[in-house]
Order: sequence, then C-alpha cells, then structure tokens
Amino acid sequence: MNFRAVSAIYRFEMARTFRTLLQSIASPVISTSLYFIVFGSAIGSRMVEIDGVSYGAFIVPGLIMLMLLTESISNASFGIFMPRYSGTIYEVLSAPVTATEVVIGYVGAAASKSVLLGLLVLITARLFVPFQIEHPFWMIAFLVLTAITFSLFGFIIGIWADGFEKLQIIPLMIVTPLAFLGGTFYSLSMLPPLWQTITLFNPVVYLVSGFRWSFYGQADVNIVLSFGMTLLFMLGCVAVIAWIFRTGYRLKS
Amino acid sequence: MHSSGSGSRADFWITDRDGPGAIVKEKGKGRGKGAMAETREEKRAPSIITVTELSKTYAGGFRALDSVNLDIRRGEIFALLGPNGAGKTTLISIICGIVNASSGQVRVGGHDIWREFRAARSLIGLVPQELTTDMFETVWATVNFSRGLFGKPADKALVERILRELSLWDKRNERIMALSGGMKRRVMIAKALSHEPAVLFLDEPTAGVDVSLRRDMWAMVRRLRENGVTIILTTHYIEEAEEMADRIGIIRGGRITLVEEKAALMEKLGKKQLTVQLQHPLADIPEALSDLPLTLSADGCALHYHFDSQGAQAGIAVLMRRLGEQGIEFVDLHSHQSSLEDIFVSLVQAREGAE
Repeated sequence: MNFRAVSAIYRFEMARTFRTLLQSIASPVISTSLYFIVFGSAIGSRMVEIDGVSYGAFIVPGLIMLMLLTESISNASFGIFMPRYSGTIYEVLSAPVTATEVVIGYVGAAASKSVLLGLLVLITARLFVPFQIEHPFWMIAFLVLTAITFSLFGFIIGIWADGFEKLQIIPLMIVTPLAFLGGTFYSLSMLPPLWQTITLFNPVVYLVSGFRWSFYGQADVNIVLSFGMTLLFMLGCVAVIAWIFRTGYRLKS
Repeated sequence: MHSSGSGSRADFWITDRDGPGAIVKEKGKGRGKGAMAETREEKRAPSIITVTELSKTYAGGFRALDSVNLDIRRGEIFALLGPNGAGKTTLISIICGIVNASSGQVRVGGHDIWREFRAARSLIGLVPQELTTDMFETVWATVNFSRGLFGKPADKALVERILRELSLWDKRNERIMALSGGMKRRVMIAKALSHEPAVLFLDEPTAGVDVSLRRDMWAMVRRLRENGVTIILTTHYIEEAEEMADRIGIIRGGRITLVEEKAALMEKLGKKQLTVQLQHPLADIPEALSDLPLTLSADGCALHYHFDSQGAQAGIAVLMRRLGEQGIEFVDLHSHQSSLEDIFVSLVQAREGAE
C-alpha cells in the first residue's frame, strides 16, 4: 500500500475543505440549523409527539442524514470531477498508485468531512432541540457507514459526469427527493399502507430509520435490515468503482 | 540536383517492424556501413525504455499508434518529432499510464508498465503539454503533493533545491493562478522532478514560453542529463531538438519512421549550398560546368552549388578550380547548411512522396 500517496490525496482534499470553510462547513451547518429553527422550534412545538418523541427531536436524525447524503455526494463528486475537468488527473493516473489507494484518498477525505459536518450539525441541533442518543456507538457507526457509502456514490457521479450539470443532476433530482420522502420528517407508520410498501423501495428509508433507532431506540424498519441495506449499497458502489478502474471508463481513453 | 538524392534519404527510413534493436538501420548499404552500425550498437548505453509492437486504436476507430518499436537509452536526451496528430502524445501517455494501449508491450527500467506499474511509474516524471495545475494551490503545496503521490517521504531541502533551480523559490507561497504562463510551466516541471525520476518526459515543454525561459529550460535539461536523468522530449521547435537532443526519432501516422543519432542525421542528410555572387551575369551555365550540381539564379548573377556535408572540402575546391578555368570571376561567396528543420521537412515530404 502506498500510504504516502493516500495521505497526499487525503490531505490535499482536506486542505481544499479548510481553504473554503464558509462554503464547506458553515453553509451546510447554517442551512440545516434553519430546518431545526423552523420545523423544530417554531412549527415543531405545535406538532404532536411521534412514538413518544417530540417532533423537533424526531427530525434531528433525518436532517443529519439528509445533510450527510448531500454533502458526501457533493464532496466526493467534486473532488474527483475537478481534476478530470482541469486535467490534473494526469498526475494521479501516472503515479504509482492503485485504484484502491486513489479511492481511499478521495472518498476518505469526502467521508471525513461529512462525518465532521454531521457531528457539527448534531451539536448545533442540541442548541435548538433537546434529544438523547440511546446507542452512541451505533449512531457513529451509521454516520460513518453512510458517509463512506454516499461518498463512494459521489465518486461514481464525479467520474460519470462530463459537465457541471450532470454533476448536480443526480443529487438534486434523485437524492434530495429520496431523502425528503425517506422518513426524514415523518414516521412511515403515518403513511397509508400502500405508500408504506412503496417507500420501502427507497434506500434512504433504511438509513434514516437505522440512524433514528440509534437515537431513540425506535425504527420504521428492522435495524439489521437497515444496516444490511446500507452495506449492500456500499458494496454495489465498490463494485461499480472497481469496474471503472478496470476499464478506465471516463478516466483513460 | 542533390548529390545524395531522395533515394539516399529513403535508406534511413526504418520500418518500425524492425524491432527495438533497430536503432540505426541502414537498408541497402554495404557491409562496411553495416559494421559501423553494429559498432554504434555495441557502444550504446543500455535501454531504459523498451517499446515493443505498441498499437493504439481509439474508440472512434482512429489508429494513433501502429506497431511502434522504440528503445530509449539510459541517460540520453531523445527528441521525438512529428507533425500534429502523429502520435507523440499518445505514445508518451501510454508509457506514463494515462492512456490504455490496444496491444504491445512497454518496459521501463526493465519493469512491465502494466504488471509492475508501481516500479515502472516510480521511475517516470511527466510534464504534459497542457498547463494543467491546481490553480488554487500554492507552489509549495502542489510540488509536495506530487512527491507524496509518488510515495516519497517529505523532503523540504530537496523541494527547496528544485524550486530554487527553477527560479520558483520566491513564488513558493503564491497560488498557481497568480503565476504567469512561463512560471506555471516551471511549476509543472518542478512537480515532475519532485520524486527524483530517472526518466523525464517533456511533452512540448517550451510551448508558449519566451526565449529567455526556453534557454533556462534547456540548461536545466542538460544539468538533469548530467545527473543521469533520461529525457524524452517532444517538440514543435526543431531548434530545440537540434540544440539538445542526442538522438532524434520521427513519428508520423502513428509509426516511428526514423531513429538516428542527431549528429549522424545532420551529417548524412544535411545539405549545404554555396552561393557564388558573380562579377558578370551569365545567360546560362557553361557547358563545361554542366556536370556539376549547379543552378543559376533568375537574374544570372549567382551560381548555387549544392553538396552534402561529407564531400564539402573536395567539392568546393573543384568548383573554384573549374570556375577559374572558365574565366568566371566572382565577388562574394557564402554558404548555408540545412538545419534539422530542413531535414525534418524534407524527410516528411519524402515519405509523403513515397506514399
């Protein structure tokens, strides 16, 4: 393993994050905080409790997950797209590094930033809404696993995209709707039976449900299934990336 | 009109199927010349890059490389010349791992570039044609990034030495976007040198660079060569190849059509022209001089004598004597020797003519 190369890519990407603190850290924290203020403190105080949890506290895991998904995808896709766009990818392709090392560097940095953001949002949420975390270990496990999985997904998008429009289209047109319809703001039990079944085809449901379970011990779907589905999606992304590097898709002509 | 003629030039076209050993292949020559070629083969340095039957066809069907065979000797400066789209960048890109080959084999330092890519790529530094740099990074950060990417431990002293060598030390904390085009080119060279490569590819290194910087770069390339670095250079500036290269390779239509020592190439293919300014104009070249390779200028005031470099002394002496015998008086003499550019153009034209 070329650890120095992994470290170089990782540090390069993290340096980019800290170079743009306002955009990378402050912006997502502020926008998520607005959700807590509006839905948690303002409207939430007029909503009934869901499964014995105040509405403001109920939406905390979902909102953190929503931010985690979008930021992981955005960070990782941008991280690999920009070198392709500017042409600096030549250096990575001509370096003595394996595909695994490249992915660990880029995806590791994107996931690290997302986890950092997730924790920051968690702390910020506590300022507006009281909540507890019943299973802190599993909370961290879900946070890290989701960040890695969706950073891998973002990495795929960053390689697939041949322009800035494509870079944005999947996060905006697919991921954000799935996140909003994945139980971020409501419990699946509040939906009619048919929609409950349809919603189970939304992968974000398993993430939000599992993450919420780590907070309050309550889940829409079985926790093992949640964890398994997340792992399955991650393995799917790994398989696609392995194919990309084997064939050189969009990387090597 | 040329004593050696196009047929002689064609002797130096080698087919790339002649194999990596065919560095100097002189078709149709006698045993003596063949023996000279063997002597040069024996003396040559061992190969650091061996390209065997390398082909590349892009997805659109364009065949960029066609069974290329090439040996690059350790420690030499090799200039790869060719018109646009000839396959220069594709060849370099495959060797460096940026483009996939369709078939063939490449070894760098004895390592297969696909099976032993770590060992092979560790030896290579690449300065690509385009100015592709991370605009928001500082010079210091980007050069250190390159070193880390190649698995080398941080070495501030070495990076400082490279930056000083390239007159970048004062700019080390500046963002690359704030640098001029020439400075950006230096940064790319610094990045390529940061992991102390044994082989340096310079793909059009002085494109868009002013004359002063170009001279600096040539000096730097020579110093690298003195330190044992093998340099492979592609360039449109044939003056650059003429100035620096030990050997010249010409690629055209994806095929290596010629590989030759620069000095030998210029000696063998270089043409000279002696212009004799006459005191009195001539209507025609006198019958007694018709056996000489002479042409008369349109105004009849100058005779042009064409000869190759090898027969220079004897040819001029004969011409002077014969002019004297004919009572032709002259007021001035000046000679012109063909440059590598002339040779390159004539070789490409000869090849086109042959096709």
